[in-house]
Amino acid sequence: MRTQSLDNFCAWIEQTPLSQTIQVTAWSVPAVQTIHILAISAIMASVLMLNLRLLGVIGVDRSIAEVSARIRPVIWWTLPILLVSGVLLIVGEPVRSLENPIFQLKMLMLISVIVLTLAYQAPLNKNSKFWDGGGRRSITIKLISIVSLALWIAIVCAGRWIAYV
Amino acid sequence: MGLDGVFQWLYATTAGAVIRENESLFPWLESFHVLAITVVVGSIAIVDLRLLGIASLDRAVTRLTRDVLPCTWIAFAVAAVTGSLMFISNAVNYAHNFYFQLKILMLVLAGINMMFFQFFVSRDIENWGISASTTPLRARFAGGASLILWVFVVAFGRWIGFTLQPHLIGG
Repeated sequence: MRTQSLDNFCAWIEQTPLSQTIQVTAWSVPAVQTIHILAISAIMASVLMLNLRLLGVIGVDRSIAEVSARIRPVIWWTLPILLVSGVLLIVGEPVRSLENPIFQLKMLMLISVIVLTLAYQAPLNKNSKFWDGGGRRSITIKLISIVSLALWIAIVCAGRWIAYV
Repeated sequence: MGLDGVFQWLYATTAGAVIRENESLFPWLESFHVLAITVVVGSIAIVDLRLLGIASLDRAVTRLTRDVLPCTWIAFAVAAVTGSLMFISNAVNYAHNFYFQLKILMLVLAGINMMFFQFFVSRDIENWGISASTTPLRARFAGGASLILWVFVVAFGRWIGFTLQPHLIGG
């Protein structure tokens, strides 16, 4: 997606003092990228542990609600760090990101995985054992976890591919 | 043949040439390298924070590592393979890059720290129990050192992308 108004928006960002500073400070981009990757590390490890539990591979001595509850704060505290570092990277090079189809795909996948996470966590507030036990629900939660893991993997790959498209 | 001879030979291998000349192979290798590193760093951080007495305090260290470390090792293998393949595509330049050298140094130090933990720090791990105060000082030190070293592995890795000549890889 590339429109005249997006072009104008990028041009406006590029001449802001913050963008100018990032553009002339050579170390700023790798430094912010490092923080971005470290935040992704916290999310990826948490998401992996959570999804392996949903799949019944590890930590089965704890309920899904318990594992979700301990991992949820990591995800919600790390997302703002990702957001701020990501926005700084966009401000430094708006055309490279905002007008990049891979970046747009990455944002779409990010929104999808957040919606999916909120959707499966919602029933746990009313009934903490909602996803525990067998039957159709156990298949549903396994499918959700596979889709969620695939989305997170694709999000990280897309992040690196932004540099090449 | 000196070390540079080895790097030149690696550069000239078929695998090196294929990765160098194929447009999408390098970005895919880099994608999975980053993905694997996020899992390595994130999962090691879970263990480090437990050793430091900051998180997962309701689980014994042995119980936690049984769940976490298999993921760490699988991801580390993926990172090592993808990293080696990227290396051979431009071996001489990587080997001479200051940040690449620093990154390898950090990895070696992290490895030494881990062996130190395995053979010295964790000798009475079964007695540590599950409360924060029971992790001995030497275990906290190992956890803190590991956390710092892995942060630098990520940082130096990113700096390679901005300093490598010729500029074959994306920023």
